[in-house]
Amino acid sequence: MPLPTGVILGILADNLSRRGSVLPLSAAATTRWAKGLDLPRGGATVLYTGHMYQLIPTIEAMAGRMAALENSPLTKWFGLGRIANRFVNLSFFLGLLASRSRQRDYDRMLRSIAGLLRKAGVPFGYLYGDEMYSGALVYDEGMDETFGRHARKVAEVFRRHGVREVITVDPHTTNMLREVYPKFVPGFDVRVRSYLEVLAERAPAVARPASGELVIHDSCVYARYEKIVDPPRALLRRAGVTVREPALAGAATHCCGGPIEALFPAEAHRISTNRIGQLREAGSRIATMCPICLVNLRKAAAGTAEVADLAEVLAAAYGGEGEGEREDSKRQGRGT
Amino acid sequence: MRMSTRLAAEAKRAPGFDAQACMSCGVCTAVCPMGYEVLPRSLFRMVLLGLEEGVREHLPKIYSCLLCRMCEANCPAGVRIAENVRSLRTLVNRREFKLT
Repeated sequence: MPLPTGVILGILADNLSRRGSVLPLSAAATTRWAKGLDLPRGGATVLYTGHMYQLIPTIEAMAGRMAALENSPLTKWFGLGRIANRFVNLSFFLGLLASRSRQRDYDRMLRSIAGLLRKAGVPFGYLYGDEMYSGALVYDEGMDETFGRHARKVAEVFRRHGVREVITVDPHTTNMLREVYPKFVPGFDVRVRSYLEVLAERAPAVARPASGELVIHDSCVYARYEKIVDPPRALLRRAGVTVREPALAGAATHCCGGPIEALFPAEAHRISTNRIGQLREAGSRIATMCPICLVNLRKAAAGTAEVADLAEVLAAAYGGEGEGEREDSKRQGRGT
Repeated sequence: MRMSTRLAAEAKRAPGFDAQACMSCGVCTAVCPMGYEVLPRSLFRMVLLGLEEGVREHLPKIYSCLLCRMCEANCPAGVRIAENVRSLRTLVNRREFKLT
């Protein structure tokens, strides 16, 4: 039996309506990455994570279990799961299954982005526990009324904090806030830019020039929806990296399979395996710029290629990597 | 084969649904990473003709479209294919799953 589409979509929609995210995580889990960075709360310009990086360890834990259930007779019990989920947040238990080391990895990527922006002298704040998921998955699955109600809640958070500009960290949140929210939220006029666009305009000095070749994997959403193709390349070249292009690159990029991971894990794996094959033909060091691409391509590579998030590659060259970890260590050393 | 004029009418009314402009050239099918023959041009025809059973039979394909816009980037008629698939999901969600 395939995974039951209607029930899974229902759970995602219920979660977004009742708990503010398709996979609700605690505020401690979504804000942990910012610990020790002393980012100002709110402000006219904020760094907006949209929880995408923070969600990946839970998505990874969930995807493995969903793949095991695909075509299993247990799928007929999913309907009961949806009913139970209305009363008990089942994502909380999925969150417990997420790997701690993976959580640290994805937190570090966000710290790298914050560190790069600081190095570039870009002033920004953070909304901490008031920040919300963008609703991207519910929009993609066509549940427009549920999405619209959520988008208006997010817009209200921006209004309450006086946010005029957001700097995004992933393609899906960028596209939602820049292109989709204005269609669902009357008068939504927040300026939205990806951190890659911001850095390309105002790159910090290179601290440790990089060397070697790197294959670039463009996100479909950045490249074809948002036309963001040049900024990551310009930043890599400036850092000293030789950028290698796979056969399908830029506006012709090939999907990583991530968008269908929740409903069709086997098909998603087929697509990510195809893509990693194309990337490996160009080289064995690969950089992604979307956490969903990263998790899917890493899984498909199965250790045959090194797949890294672009933020970490850039932070290694420009500085700012693991920003805040030193402060954390100092505090721990003082026993506080 | 049952035909539903209501399905076709609802699809045509859906904001962003412009599959009527599709000229069935097949470029979308050729470049689709999923490699499904039915995505998206045959599917759009079924909807526009109101072939409800055909649409229902292909529900997994409607939801396994990656929305990657590879087809759209190559469509000579400029059809907003990904948005049409998304509109179709909205329609199916309402009719089949009672989700809005």
